[in-house]
Amino acid sequence: MVEHEGIRRYVAHLILWIGIAILAFPVYLAFVASTQDNAVIANGQMSLLPGGHLLETYYKTIFVGTSGSTREPVGTMLLNSFVMAMLIALGKIAISIISAYAIVYFRFPFRMPIFWIIFITLMLPVEVRIYPTYKIVADLHLLDSYAGLSLPLIASATATLLFRQFFMTVPEELLEASRIDGAGPFRFFWDTLLPLSRTNMAALFVILFILGWNQYLWPLLITTRDDMQTIQIGIRKMITTTDALTEWPVVLATAVLAMLPPVFVVVVMQKLFVRGLVETEK
Amino acid sequence: MQKQSVFQSRLLPYALVAPQLAVVLIFFYWPAAQAVLQSFLLQDAFGLSTTFVWFENYRELLSQPDYFAAIVRTFVFSIAIAGASLSLALLLAVMADKPLRGGALYRTLLIWPYAVAPPVVGVLWVFMLNPSLGILAHGLRTIGIDWNPLLDGDQAAALIIVAAAWKQISYNFLFFLAGLQSIPKSVMEAAAIDGARPVRRFWTVTFPLLSPTIFFLLVVNIVYAFFDTFGIIDTITRGGPAKATETLVYKVYVDGLLGGNLGSSAAQSVVLMAIVILLTAVQFRFVERKVTY
Repeated sequence: MVEHEGIRRYVAHLILWIGIAILAFPVYLAFVASTQDNAVIANGQMSLLPGGHLLETYYKTIFVGTSGSTREPVGTMLLNSFVMAMLIALGKIAISIISAYAIVYFRFPFRMPIFWIIFITLMLPVEVRIYPTYKIVADLHLLDSYAGLSLPLIASATATLLFRQFFMTVPEELLEASRIDGAGPFRFFWDTLLPLSRTNMAALFVILFILGWNQYLWPLLITTRDDMQTIQIGIRKMITTTDALTEWPVVLATAVLAMLPPVFVVVVMQKLFVRGLVETEK
Repeated sequence: MQKQSVFQSRLLPYALVAPQLAVVLIFFYWPAAQAVLQSFLLQDAFGLSTTFVWFENYRELLSQPDYFAAIVRTFVFSIAIAGASLSLALLLAVMADKPLRGGALYRTLLIWPYAVAPPVVGVLWVFMLNPSLGILAHGLRTIGIDWNPLLDGDQAAALIIVAAAWKQISYNFLFFLAGLQSIPKSVMEAAAIDGARPVRRFWTVTFPLLSPTIFFLLVVNIVYAFFDTFGIIDTITRGGPAKATETLVYKVYVDGLLGGNLGSSAAQSVVLMAIVILLTAVQFRFVERKVTY
């Protein structure tokens, strides 16, 4: 019986390591290839160990971009992705927390209809209304702008629902107590509710940052200028249909750079990430 | 739904909801309404006049063999992606749920792919399986498979499914692990005392208790396969060869790019909306039932 238990444990370790290997292999391969010479890769002769072109490739990728065209250096794309992800995450948190505050802590006409108007947006991702949204953004002259990149993606109810749920669990006594201290709605929000919401905001921020950073279809449609491209769009434009022209080391270095920030966030802020993921999906 | 004691103010609550309401109305309701309206209109070839045609656009859309094929394809992709990633993730989660040394490390090493963007996933897999230079493509040829997803539609579809399932494993793993950890130890011990062997214990006790998680993940995975595979498809196959990997969302994108038929494109959007609303409704009903249990 005890022996069986021991064997089972080895099997479990083995299966887990195989799983880890399957998940990690594509990324390892991409990294290794990004340190090798393009000609070697194009011949199908690449090595499974890192080559000697690491600094050269990454310098070229970040500061110069692919050769032979007018493509932007990936540094610019990283910046665009970062600004877009931050705007989406912070914008959504900001507008959601105040609207949830109004819905929970005030009684006013049309409170429930307003709540439902916001709630329904939970159901539909931007993809299903993509061209009409594009037209509106174009009419507002927001193409190729950070506002155009982020605003349509802020229009969703997840964060509002999350904050509403959290506010409902905040004890009534806190409001009574701050009232007795003479606090109005602003001070109560700022001094009591915001500090209490810190963990929720952080967990939500982690999830929204990753979602924002990884946006693809929307930026693809509304950015036309090369200097407004996000990194996800940049990658796809680097893959040419004719294999011979694709600069694989640069493409794969870009892929590695594109996944570094969100993967870093998941690994380093794992607790917040898991919490955010579980709560936003409820 | 609301606190007993609340603040009294006439204008402040409206000012607080105004920013979100504005964003939602301009970037959600307005375009969604436009899509619905346009789906009932027919524009002439020069865009000079439009007529209200009721369900003409829908009838035309559904009578296209192309569109019907895309619907079937999307569901096949969804089921394949969900099936593959759910079963692998469940296996890994069951293993990681055991009291093993290094359990926390395993979790970290298994959840990071969640953060990899779909187009990046596409690049990683297209590089490994590129017919002329990919390492795995080379391996496939060695074992006698004539690998060429650029020409063979089934192979292209398989490539998309594998890449999409790869990314989704970590998400499913995380939720399965949480589900497993919420099963009370006493239930498992009781089954063990009754003499049920581990495999039997899994199918008769663990699996039924996990069914809410499985159902939830099934819906999430289908929605993922519908929408988030766009970036993977666009970097690996761009819908080809010969539309073999064109899903509903990809078709909306391509047909829209070509311009042309606004009404049909809008009708496609509305059909997608209906599918998502249906899936969400199914999920909500289910969540409700779980709560009242």
